[in-house]
Amino acid sequence: MFYRLPEIEYIRVSELDEALRLLSRKEDAKVLAGGTDLVVDMKIGRYRPKTVIDISGIKSLRYVIDEGDKVRIGALTKMQDIVESPVVREKLPLLAEAVSMLGSWQIRNMATVGGNLCNASPAADSAPPLLAHEAKIKLTSIEGTREIPITEFFTGPRKTVMYKTEILQEVVVPYDADFARSYSYVKVGRRNSFTLSVVAVATVLKVRNRSIEDVRVALNAVAPTPVRARSVESFLKGREAGSEVIEKASELVLSDISPISDVRASAEYRKHLSRVLVKDALLKALERAGLG
Amino acid sequence: MLVRFKLNGREVEVDADPNEILLDTLRLKLGVRSVKRGCERGECGTCTVLLNGDPVTSCLILTPQVDGAEITTVEGLESDPKFRELVNNFVNEGAIQCGFCTPGFLLTAYAAVSKQKIKTLEDIKKSLEGNLCRCTGYVKIIEAVAKTVLK
Repeated sequence: MFYRLPEIEYIRVSELDEALRLLSRKEDAKVLAGGTDLVVDMKIGRYRPKTVIDISGIKSLRYVIDEGDKVRIGALTKMQDIVESPVVREKLPLLAEAVSMLGSWQIRNMATVGGNLCNASPAADSAPPLLAHEAKIKLTSIEGTREIPITEFFTGPRKTVMYKTEILQEVVVPYDADFARSYSYVKVGRRNSFTLSVVAVATVLKVRNRSIEDVRVALNAVAPTPVRARSVESFLKGREAGSEVIEKASELVLSDISPISDVRASAEYRKHLSRVLVKDALLKALERAGLG
Repeated sequence: MLVRFKLNGREVEVDADPNEILLDTLRLKLGVRSVKRGCERGECGTCTVLLNGDPVTSCLILTPQVDGAEITTVEGLESDPKFRELVNNFVNEGAIQCGFCTPGFLLTAYAAVSKQKIKTLEDIKKSLEGNLCRCTGYVKIIEAVAKTVLK
């Protein structure tokens, strides 16, 4: 055995209320959802919780519900559920596409959308599409429930606005027919499959009479948190979509990102790649909008 | 703590530590040696088992988590016609070199041909992306699965 898990107190719950009560009482507890991040992080010693509260058995938190103008996704919905969900594929194809590139089939069968967000890796694959769709995150504790925009959720690498007593309960994603048609997720890793992002870009847009009425661009792995490329967006809004405009817009991404060098790539390469991928993502989304 | 689950169709009960990994329970306590120890961090797929029919890496699952679940390894599929066909194709296509990754590949491939809509070679590659072959015998493995599912 190369890795040994530290000793833990393990508590399995089947109801959300029970988990919230435990979380408010237990010092130094970690919540286990899919385990694909937490178990590895405990093996390598990144986290050494006294108590692990296993919420993977809370069946009521695994769902995709179509509410017409929005889609509600339970925090314990498996990534593979999202990839295969007819509702997500129809209404949020950007999310389905991005999540299909997360981990491997095995990992997607375990990993949950809530876990991917709470782990708050700057390279999380579910983050750019949810940022682009301006999803809301529902957080619950024994004190009550609050809903915050995902744009305010991440505060740093592996850091979020969540209190220790809170559990991410649900992700609420607004539906927009234009965004569901004109989108793209482009990701580059160190290899083609089962890979972490060196950089990935999610885009949705809306075109009226050849000009870009609305556009959202989000990236991962290029800043302490997944980020929106606001400079790119504001430059593009109201402009006619042409190759020069797209070229200029993709240059502007440099003012929205602050990449670091790490085991996967250098900061310089990430900057270069961000420009290239923003351009690719915009062109692909425009093509889907009928402006190929 | 006492954990009960179904292993290859039979109820089993094990006394597991709270920090025990399913991979260790299967290999060390239940004698299921077809489930291999590889990277132990979910990257190589050689410890793949089917959890309620879905392929997962047993190195990332705490044993207490599978209480009440159904676990399937290659031993549990010996009499399944589809699985036998897959195994025969692995043998006939030369999809086995050192054999270490084979049980994991067979389980993922079996789940793929049973429950995924496999229409192209790309679909096969996508479903098998979580299994590594250290002999790099991928072409033969993909051919064996293709022979089973793409007719």
